Amino acid sequence: MWPIRELYGAGLLAYALGVAGGLAGHASKKTATWMASLLCSLSIVGALLEFGASVGALLTNSDLAWSLSSGVPYLSYTVRLDPLSAYFTLALSLLAAAVSVYSLGYLAHSPAARSPELFCSFLNLLLLSLTLVFTASNILFFLIAWELMTVAAYFLVVFDHESAEARRGGLLYLVMSRGGSGMLLVGFLLLASAAGSLEFAALQGVGQRLPPPLGAVACLLFFLGFGVKAGIIPLHIWLPAAHPVAPSNISALMSGIVIKAGIYGMARVFFDFYGALPVWAGMAVLVFGVVSALLGVLYALMEHDLKRLLAYHSIENIGIILIGFGSALLFRSFGHPQLAALALIAGLFHTLNHGVFKCLLFLGAGGVLQATETRNMEKLGGLIRRMPATALYFLIGAVAISGLPPLNGFVSEWLTYQALLAGFGATPALTRLAFPVAGAFLALTAALAAACFVKAFGITFLALPRSAEAERAREVSFSMRSGMAILALACVLLGLGATWFLPVFDPITTRAFGVAVSQDLVAGKGLLLTAGSVRGGSVSTALIALLLVALGAVPLLLWLLWGRKSPRATGPTWDCGLPGLTADNEYTATAFSKPLRMIFAALFRPRREIQADFEVSPYYPTAIHFESEIQPTFEKHVYGPLREGVLAIASRMRRLQAGSIHLYLAYIFVTLILLLLFAVRG
Amino acid sequence: MIGQLLAVFAQMALVLFLSPLLTGFSRTLKARLQTRRGPGVLQPYRDLHKLLRKGMVIPDTASWIFAATPHVLFVTTLLAGLLIPTVSAQAPLSLFGGVLAVVYLLALGRFFLALGGLDTGSSFGGLGSSREMTIAAIAEPALMLAVFTVALAAGSTNLSTVAQAALGQSWRFLAPQQMLAFAALFIVLIAETGRLPVDNPTTHLELTMIHEAMILEYSGPYLALLEWSAAMKQLVLMTLLVNVFFPFGLSPDWSPAAALLSLVVFSGKLLLLAAAVVLVETTNAKLRLFRVPELLAVAFVLSALALISTFLF
Repeated sequence: MWPIRELYGAGLLAYALGVAGGLAGHASKKTATWMASLLCSLSIVGALLEFGASVGALLTNSDLAWSLSSGVPYLSYTVRLDPLSAYFTLALSLLAAAVSVYSLGYLAHSPAARSPELFCSFLNLLLLSLTLVFTASNILFFLIAWELMTVAAYFLVVFDHESAEARRGGLLYLVMSRGGSGMLLVGFLLLASAAGSLEFAALQGVGQRLPPPLGAVACLLFFLGFGVKAGIIPLHIWLPAAHPVAPSNISALMSGIVIKAGIYGMARVFFDFYGALPVWAGMAVLVFGVVSALLGVLYALMEHDLKRLLAYHSIENIGIILIGFGSALLFRSFGHPQLAALALIAGLFHTLNHGVFKCLLFLGAGGVLQATETRNMEKLGGLIRRMPATALYFLIGAVAISGLPPLNGFVSEWLTYQALLAGFGATPALTRLAFPVAGAFLALTAALAAACFVKAFGITFLALPRSAEAERAREVSFSMRSGMAILALACVLLGLGATWFLPVFDPITTRAFGVAVSQDLVAGKGLLLTAGSVRGGSVSTALIALLLVALGAVPLLLWLLWGRKSPRATGPTWDCGLPGLTADNEYTATAFSKPLRMIFAALFRPRREIQADFEVSPYYPTAIHFESEIQPTFEKHVYGPLREGVLAIASRMRRLQAGSIHLYLAYIFVTLILLLLFAVRG
Repeated sequence: MIGQLLAVFAQMALVLFLSPLLTGFSRTLKARLQTRRGPGVLQPYRDLHKLLRKGMVIPDTASWIFAATPHVLFVTTLLAGLLIPTVSAQAPLSLFGGVLAVVYLLALGRFFLALGGLDTGSSFGGLGSSREMTIAAIAEPALMLAVFTVALAAGSTNLSTVAQAALGQSWRFLAPQQMLAFAALFIVLIAETGRLPVDNPTTHLELTMIHEAMILEYSGPYLALLEWSAAMKQLVLMTLLVNVFFPFGLSPDWSPAAALLSLVVFSGKLLLLAAAVVLVETTNAKLRLFRVPELLAVAFVLSALALISTFLF
């Protein structure tokens, strides 16, 4: 018998100790560093224990719940490790372990170095609250954990509080998260009013009992509330502002798993609390998914800030996950549980996969940032020679996120395609056209992502360094490399061993749709991944990887036959006869994405300004200034007016707040009377 | 088991050794249409043989990516060639991955090719990489939608199943959705294999290059691998087109007699398609780079229409 409860409890305890240990303050720099290492080790221990608990819960297919009463009405500290919770806890603890290992070496030379023990304390708080978000099973307890997670993440984002950019990004994150939480609160209260209880266990399938308009409103509130956290477009603007400015290990956790809390919430509400939703709901999720995926990657392409680029890719991947979820909702509405299970698996698997490779990429970017002190790709280059290990891990992450075989990103995108293809045959009338069109846009997204990562890896790591900082860069410490190695290995294993991983989803789909499909998705002694049946299509990443290696014998043979004796020299790259190739000859990140900027000019509305200074004739310029920027459409046209409106109302409402205690007491009194009247009447 | 293994090797030999011939045929035919004599259809073999024996110069700015690129491109393209049905409707390894795996294996090769272009530090390499990735990206939706149309008709993404379904109804290519999908894929084929009017494989001006610009710094055996991969990629995509849309003569299995007969028919179909591509090449001027998206938008509309016709008929 697997001691799941004990492991889970011990894990929470380790995190909690990690929180408490950092709050005491420190006597000297040296003790602070020691303390930080200790607290990081505690989070590693906590992550490993939670990993054990979630693996145990998934393997034994258990549904454990235990509860502590709080003494406050309606609030009970109920935690429940059902398959969905266990799955997200698994993803969290895997990433948490890797990030904590990375942090051991990272903290000393990061923005966190000022008070590393406090930083670790917040890190542990974030991990603790995330674990609780994924396992809490009481509405109030869930919301408390949710807020705790938001606040912990906020403190970590603004840890470098001397940077105005960090403060602004953090504030935007906090404000938008508060808005999202408000919507969630209302949504949950509507559900609770129908169920008559605040326990998740009582909420199962309760969405149907709400009268249709209210049910739809609640549904929308949940989608928007969780959508803010997940960063779907157009609720995404905090994400590229907050993720890049955080210390890199936190960026990794934010993009890897914190935004997945929104995905967890949607999965919990839509597939657990609601039965079959109307068709428009699934369609809306699908459309938001497609839009987020495509716009996310297009905005990413325009970035030459390495971390902002990665942040936009998080939006893209959330979109891909939502394509899976939207399809699953549609299939459930049309009564195809098998297909719904396939689509949900595609979405959930991509959730884990994205967590793994995005975390890896952010850790790699963190290494680059630490070694060169710049996030601007136009100042990087040539790092593959200076930081070979980081470059290799970043490349693995780049191949995985581009959805290329045989790594994990390919597997979940392949499953998504198969779900979409099946959707065409299984749904009636015009709805069916949505699926292949979504598939085509997914293909465009994936190809653009590949283009973007050729840019991200190629400009950052290859050819000549573009600045003195990049020239001086050194490989990062052993613990940072180890953290990345864990995730790179996970990318490979989840890709090659996908078929062995799929049974994990059976209990989840059984609960949601009453079917377990991993048997049908796997064939050929576990080597083939199929689209529900071998006839429908199959792929084997393990065999593809094996063959790619084996076919390497052909070039080797050719070399043995003919090439062995031929001389091999090193020479300079062709520079058109200039006196030696310099970094100025290299293509820049901006130039790389220029064709796409022009093709999608209608979206980007690029503005550029070229100004040439000259003394004698304009044909002999002494200096040329080039400026180019794209228009931030959502910030300008959606959030601009919104902010204006809110500020206008706020300045009117300021009159209420006159600074007189007596007036405030009067407000409280009037409110109390009104509430009492309301209660007596109701 | 032995039979299957033999089939794998037979197809590997076919993909490896037929692809330079297809390239040679295209070049000779193009030369004839331009009233030149041309170097003869066997020239690509001679080129490859020569390049494989020559020495090479590796740029001093390059890293291991530069050396890995030709190998990755070669093995991914060759593997894609093993997943598609060529002379037999039963591709030897079709279970290992269907049409999606083929598309994504080629994408993996392209990913490394573009990195190889950037690795040299030359402006031309970056220029080629940027354009290659851009065109590949905007060709992708048309490609995928057309692929979906075909896969939906067969109810499978497995290419052998698709070919067998097509074989069952030989005149199916007259159906509107098939013709539209074929037209879309034909445009994508031209873009993906870097032919006029999208890219000029024989240009000598670096600024108009796409594919050639990326491999400008490669020489000797590495260049041989790259050239060979390009030839194989062309064979793979053309095979996909002829066997999915015109499956006549595909042998149902790998028995020597049937396969040999089928090889003749298969080669004939390939030559016809290559001739069509050459005809397009000789009658069209190269498009400006920013007109290429319009061409690919046409392909997208065609494949969308194909899909809608599947739904109507």
